[in-house]
Amino acid sequence: MGWNMPRGVLISCIVVVTALALVPLADSRYLIDISTEILVYVLFALSLNVIIGYSGNVSFGHAAYFAIGGYANAILLTTYEWPLILSFPTAVVLSGLAAAFVAYFCTRLTDIYFAMLTLAFAMLVWAIAFKWRSVTGGDDGFVGVNVPEFIDGRAPFFYFTLVIVTISSAVLWMICHSAFGQTLVAVRENITRAGFIGVNTRLMRIGAFVVAGSFAGIAGAIFAMYNRGVYTESAFWTESAQVLIMTLLGGMYSFFGPAIGAATLYLLERFANEYTQYWPTVLGVILLVIVLVLPEGLVGLAKRVRERLAGGN
Amino acid sequence: MDMLLSSPTFVFIQVLNSISLGMNLFIIAAGLSLIFGVLRVINFAHGVFYMFGAYIMYTVAQDLELGFVTGVIAAAAGLAVIAIVVERGLFQWLYGKEHLMQLLLTFAIVLIMGDLAKIIWGTDQLSVSYPDGMSGALNLGITFYPTYRLMLAVIGPVIFIGLFLLIERTRWGRLTRAATQDMEMLSALGINVPVIYVTIFLIGAALAGVGGALAAPINSPTPGMDATIIVECFVIVIIGGLGSLWGTFVGALIYGFVFNFGSVIVPNWQDVFAFLLLMVVLLIRPWGLFGKPEREGH
Repeated sequence: MGWNMPRGVLISCIVVVTALALVPLADSRYLIDISTEILVYVLFALSLNVIIGYSGNVSFGHAAYFAIGGYANAILLTTYEWPLILSFPTAVVLSGLAAAFVAYFCTRLTDIYFAMLTLAFAMLVWAIAFKWRSVTGGDDGFVGVNVPEFIDGRAPFFYFTLVIVTISSAVLWMICHSAFGQTLVAVRENITRAGFIGVNTRLMRIGAFVVAGSFAGIAGAIFAMYNRGVYTESAFWTESAQVLIMTLLGGMYSFFGPAIGAATLYLLERFANEYTQYWPTVLGVILLVIVLVLPEGLVGLAKRVRERLAGGN
Repeated sequence: MDMLLSSPTFVFIQVLNSISLGMNLFIIAAGLSLIFGVLRVINFAHGVFYMFGAYIMYTVAQDLELGFVTGVIAAAAGLAVIAIVVERGLFQWLYGKEHLMQLLLTFAIVLIMGDLAKIIWGTDQLSVSYPDGMSGALNLGITFYPTYRLMLAVIGPVIFIGLFLLIERTRWGRLTRAATQDMEMLSALGINVPVIYVTIFLIGAALAGVGGALAAPINSPTPGMDATIIVECFVIVIIGGLGSLWGTFVGALIYGFVFNFGSVIVPNWQDVFAFLLLMVVLLIRPWGLFGKPEREGH
């Protein structure tokens, strides 16, 4: 058991989702766009945390599954004119399969090789998207995605995103708090001991990877329709690094940490881009702060502050 | 493809191209592998070090017209200075911490140095001319071959032998190898381990700088060149086995051949071949051709 959310968390979630549902009433295109994009990144970061926070491996190539979901959904909708009800699940399954394939290789190795290999595979996906011009559009990107009529419009698309991301996050919560999720934590904490008590640690790590890849695929599939296009940059390693930073900024040892990190980093980027063209430097400095001062992210910081206020020491 | 079957000269040229490319990559990948071997850190910033090497070459040889050799030396020296600052200023705080944090630190360096390069050198593609007397081609009997590429094919093995002797045949090399085994024991014996670490990081970074400087006449320095090279280096050191000098040498050669012949057989898909090669190697030998299994629980 343990699937039930603590009441405080549940109430916070309901408040956030309700507040988001009211966003289109403000009738601001800018606000709707920002909210839609944040939701996509929230799901993307939550999915990565299944690998990092729960199974304790580092993926430096998570953008690959986001891109596969995006390309697959876009191509099936547009080139093959599939209905959304078929193209979307197919895109998600393809992302999951790709993740299973990569995990098969990566889980033969320990963490150092693991990170390098995830990056190498992601760059393979990028290389294929770049070179397979006839299918993916190459470096011009795949443009003119055929978005179904019922979500063709800012507000309808936002509600579609809100529903999918809310359901996906709930499912991820259940997965992470199921026996499977708890076993992953055991594997993270001590892989040798977990093996001794009969856990198939490799299968567990592959499982975590597949879950993470599939949900990243969902985020990618939504994003492709939102942008009406998919571009090779979405598979590039800098994109993988960005989502990794979102996850860590929020805090990887908390389920919702990555969601907070995603929203914070996204807003920071929007804000910084209005003042400077050197966003990478800002990001680099944020990263240095995380690494040297805040290894447990914003959630860890909040916890420390709360303990201090409660008069712990 | 037809050319491969019908023309031995064409094959010969492709073999030389492969070796030349492989040896250039070896110089860079060797630095990455060396740093990993001793410090146990995967240096994502290695690509950006390489890029700085190429840019420094541009400034010294092209802009200031101080000559090619000065350019190579300046690139090595410049990266050595950067390495000392990075290692002493940032890295030393993270030894023994989680690998993830170390990876992220190197990534922060990539982001900041990438912007720095844009500020200093702009975003245009810069061109560096060949050194004097090397812009032409050399008569090898059966065919002519670009002198500069031939020189690259020779420099690689020279650096390989130098590194091999340094690590396997000197007292300092023995200490370095001991540091990878048991750093605490070594410092208990009165050896200054931090000095070993900073020196290794310096040599590794300087190799990236030299590799970038040497590649500059062929690959014009441009923003983003760091991202391509780091992935190529990763593929090479994974194929060869992390931390193994021999492995890196062989891995670089194999990569050169697969990349070059791949592009002849199916143009444009050479990157994909390199990754296929990587997968095959990992299926057969998960630790790379010359690597040793990591100890569990790290």
